[in-house]
Amino acid sequence: MSLQVDNLTVYYQTLRGDVQALEGATFSIADGEIMGLAGESGCGKSTLANSLIRLVPPMRLVRGQVRLDGEVLPIDDARRMSDYRFSRVSVIPQYAMNALNPTRKVGKMMAELLGSKGVDFAATIPELKRRLDLVELSHDVLKMYPIELSGGMKQRVVMVLSTLLNPSLLIADEITSALDVSTQKAVAEMLVGFRDRGFVKSLIVITHDISILYQIADTILIMYAGQLAEKAPTDVIIRAPRHPYTKLLIASLPEVGVRYAERRLSGIPGRPPLLLDPPAGCRFRERCSVAFEKCLEAPPFVELEPGHFVACWKELGEDVDG
Amino acid sequence: MLTVEHVSKVYRVGTFGGRALVAVHDVSFDVRDGEVVSLIGESGSGKSTIGKMILRLIPATSGRIVFNDVDISTLKGPALKEYYRRVQGVFQDPFSSYNPIFKADRVFRLIRDEFFPTIGPSEWQGRVEDALRAVGLNPGQVLGKFPHQLSGGQLQRFLIARALLLDVEFLVADEIISMLDASTRVDVLNLLADLKSRGLSILFITHDLSLGYYISERAVILYRGCILEMGATERIFGTPLHPYTRMLMASAPRLDKKWEQVEIELRGKHLESAAGCVYYDRCPEAMRDERCRTQRPALVAVDDDHFVACERYAQGQAAKLG
Repeated sequence: MSLQVDNLTVYYQTLRGDVQALEGATFSIADGEIMGLAGESGCGKSTLANSLIRLVPPMRLVRGQVRLDGEVLPIDDARRMSDYRFSRVSVIPQYAMNALNPTRKVGKMMAELLGSKGVDFAATIPELKRRLDLVELSHDVLKMYPIELSGGMKQRVVMVLSTLLNPSLLIADEITSALDVSTQKAVAEMLVGFRDRGFVKSLIVITHDISILYQIADTILIMYAGQLAEKAPTDVIIRAPRHPYTKLLIASLPEVGVRYAERRLSGIPGRPPLLLDPPAGCRFRERCSVAFEKCLEAPPFVELEPGHFVACWKELGEDVDG
Repeated sequence: MLTVEHVSKVYRVGTFGGRALVAVHDVSFDVRDGEVVSLIGESGSGKSTIGKMILRLIPATSGRIVFNDVDISTLKGPALKEYYRRVQGVFQDPFSSYNPIFKADRVFRLIRDEFFPTIGPSEWQGRVEDALRAVGLNPGQVLGKFPHQLSGGQLQRFLIARALLLDVEFLVADEIISMLDASTRVDVLNLLADLKSRGLSILFITHDLSLGYYISERAVILYRGCILEMGATERIFGTPLHPYTRMLMASAPRLDKKWEQVEIELRGKHLESAAGCVYYDRCPEAMRDERCRTQRPALVAVDDDHFVACERYAQGQAAKLG
């Protein structure tokens, strides 16, 4: 069990009160698992990722615990977290193309970063060059400034840098969304390659593009308005989802092979609730066609079949009893 | 309805504009009445430049764009205003299309001030409400709000409603879906399809193949400013002929099948040749033929409503004809 998250609840403090961005998240990721994390904007997927790596104000840990390889992560203590950050938990940030220092050559920047972690840069150069070869980058990039690289090249530089210390957990936040389809595919497959070669133990891939997850993820976790909705193996989420939100979300995706004239897709009516003062119970209730009285209580995230977790009263068979 | 004839656009770049960057090279295509044409290309392919030239936001360097038998570069004064009455654009980022200090419905008032000063307030209000209903919004819920109080999908539909208030016949939709969430993007796509069935012609600019396939009758594949393939959507997606189109189809993430193992060239094999095929340096087939390097292939018809610009098919066609 590489990562174990228990009842993690994170709010953003604002003048108008707490924004309840992540509520009671409980899930685990196995060794070698690539977990896709998907949902609409504002559903809390980046909040979840950020709280695993850098939980600083206005974010506030309300309750919950995170264990990595059996060890509790001090996620709300920014200073103690720096022992884990980059070496044990690492991130490829969204807009990685802007993550590099424009005033340093790539190699110099890497040396400074590794130096700050007490790692000898010279000793890592052979491994670094091997990994640059893997992502099809020329060794010359180390002597170049970020402005000399294309967006896809910068993305790959950041990928190599983020995984250089072989972290247990790597979080990739929307890393393919700004790339062209051909580069997108190559970058996504490189992520899988990093896992296969053991550079990273497990991966969280955050994206709003579920078709990318279908290509590379082992499992998919769907979030809605700060709550976990469903987690299951990739094929199950795509072919046999059980949460009403997942069903509507999957059904609304256009794909090559679907024409407007032949099969008209439909969106999900309504909007997600504001998280400043979210409704009690299931937060999807107001857009859900099968909601009933029981949904005024928050549904638990229950494992219905091995590896398939769903948070929905209907799927728990509550309507039969009620 | 709208014909683009041998249009090129050259930007002057570098200090003092010393270098020429060919953004669009000798592009010709047409959009018929009540037809949706997808302009598909990766970043830097010139797809948005073509949209901007049609909207006369930038002038074409050479070639002409003809709308209803009139060359649009000759339009001035009242004739140009008349053109904008019929041809309108909607752009990628709905949030930056509004001035955040004014209410969102100011865009409707500006249309009235500019184009319909003689219409009374109550009649105008009726027209605005009709246009909002036509794009699937409830006027009571969305009028009188500031942009930040509306969702991206609502703002995007506002802009389409704004275009409908004019006697719009041709809409340039530049990546209007890409900033929207999965659950709302299908609603905006369906709206475009409904407008098309009412006789509107749409140039749908996108990098997403599945969206282009869902909505359009014909597709144009652009790469580095050149048309590599165009024709009926079923033909382009069913039997892609150009190596670039085939690579695109193979790397687009899909929900019905996993990625095949295809080689994607991330690095160009050779220096870019000014005279040859624009795809030469990435093309897996290009090694075979010297002509790929030295001549730019012309678009030739390979089938009914299916054109491709590739040396292999140019030869095949010549052999067939000879």
